[in-house]
Amino acid sequence: MDSKDTTSGKNLLERGFGPVQDGRDASLRKADLSSLSISISVKNLDFYYGSFHALHSITIDIPEKQVTAIIGPSGCGKSTLIRCFNRIYELYPKQYATGEIIMDGRNILSPREDLNLLRSRVGMVFQKPTPFPMSVYDNIAFGVRLYENLSRAEMDERVEWALRKSALWKEVRDKLNQTGTALSGGQQQRLCIARAIAVKPEVVLLDEPCSALDPISTAKVEDLIDELADDYTIIIVTHNMQQAARVSDFTAFMYLGKLIEFDTTDKMFTNPIRKETEDYITGRFG
Amino acid sequence: MSRVKHIDRSIYRRRKTVNFLVLFASFLTTLFGLFWLAWLLITLFSHGFQYLDLAVFIKPTPPPGEAGGLANAIVGSLLITFVGVLVGAPVGILAGTFLAEFAARSRIAPVIRFVNDVLLSAPSIILGVFIYEIVVVSMGHFSGWAGALALALIALPIIVRTTEDMLKLVPNTVREAACALGAPRWKVTVSIVYRAAKAGIFTGILLAIARISGETAPLLFTALNNQFWSRSLNEPVANLPVVIFQFAMSPYEDWQHLAWAGALLITVSVLVLNILVRIFFRTVR
Repeated sequence: MDSKDTTSGKNLLERGFGPVQDGRDASLRKADLSSLSISISVKNLDFYYGSFHALHSITIDIPEKQVTAIIGPSGCGKSTLIRCFNRIYELYPKQYATGEIIMDGRNILSPREDLNLLRSRVGMVFQKPTPFPMSVYDNIAFGVRLYENLSRAEMDERVEWALRKSALWKEVRDKLNQTGTALSGGQQQRLCIARAIAVKPEVVLLDEPCSALDPISTAKVEDLIDELADDYTIIIVTHNMQQAARVSDFTAFMYLGKLIEFDTTDKMFTNPIRKETEDYITGRFG
Repeated sequence: MSRVKHIDRSIYRRRKTVNFLVLFASFLTTLFGLFWLAWLLITLFSHGFQYLDLAVFIKPTPPPGEAGGLANAIVGSLLITFVGVLVGAPVGILAGTFLAEFAARSRIAPVIRFVNDVLLSAPSIILGVFIYEIVVVSMGHFSGWAGALALALIALPIIVRTTEDMLKLVPNTVREAACALGAPRWKVTVSIVYRAAKAGIFTGILLAIARISGETAPLLFTALNNQFWSRSLNEPVANLPVVIFQFAMSPYEDWQHLAWAGALLITVSVLVLNILVRIFFRTVR
């Protein structure tokens, strides 16, 4: 982890010149969709904001322990889709989903599903960093304390583990008692990632996690995504196609609330089947 | 580089003129407000400051013609205000929390909000008469408890409103982030949202204290007054506003002097409290 920090500058340069042909270990994971076990299986998902029909009959199988990117122009429903996976939309009245989202054999859209338990298994990182108004340490311990009864030493260990995982430990090891809101934007976002993985979820949802970050912080987050995919199912929404190409194993392209195409990232970026996908990826619209 | 494109000078000049006029008008209105405050303070200081001696703080209200102070009224006011806030603040914070955090799907919330706004602008004398009717009449005598309750009713809508407003200033993204960790809604509210809004909520309470500490009308009907030290809040309790009212209307000069001292004391306390609120809010935010 620590050695990786020092190379991120170099990675950044490489990335700048060749977005698609990154030869990193992501390719080792890349495999045929059919040979992988499925983490989240979405069937005929429709979503409504009041009377606005935002998602139209989405059906997609998200593979386990892979990075799946969701791309598409603004307003196509990317964020809406991943907000269904932890039902965070339920905070707002008049937003509702119909259809099925199967995780571990259960339909998580069922009214009987315990939302708090679901969200402890499906972590989420948002577009804007959202540090809680408390210390760096407590920011991470907050989520852990909700479901685990750890000793002080175990908690220290967990906090350090999460911060190391999110490439933040070296920068904040002496600032654990400082308020999280005092960190820089990039650090805040990595703090939010650390907070999300500290509770050890099965799935991590990333909703444009780098859109408010500078290129160096972005590179660090991308390195992190790559590493996290060994243990977690990652779903990332991104506006940035280079980013999708760099970090993901699979890519879904959405347009106007519909899933247009879903395949391995290699296939999507080199030889997409649908015309719309090709047009979007080559920058002809969107 | 040459000058930019075509600038229509007249549009620019008109905007500048309007800007100047509005700025000048704002300046004048500010001055207008400050003028009365300054006049009030100068009058109070010139009449009251000379009588503001140690006796005011340690001796109780005297009969006419004797030396005395306002100690019983000061202590009574502090007690009634304290109890009033102690009752009003928890209820107000809980109601504000309900409106801001839990009422999104509720139909009763707009009704509560409306009733609260009515209560906020209700004349305080009406609240005094109301408490007189339900507490003083049924208990058979005036009491500090009734006064505290009347003040609580005045503080309540202020605290409800500021709590709701301050909680709504906390961005939804923070709530989402906490919920996304699997935290139940009450935990999100108590551990995250309150923490983010605590300066604002506290400010609301301080403003409510400032508001009720000068209320006279509701106390006339409830706590009434007491020439002497009260043994408990279960009997009439001396308080600054009513003492000022009574002494200022009296024909006795030494009573009038005490009224001036009391008026100065209460005004300066409220002013200082308001200034402290602002400083506090600025540093905590």
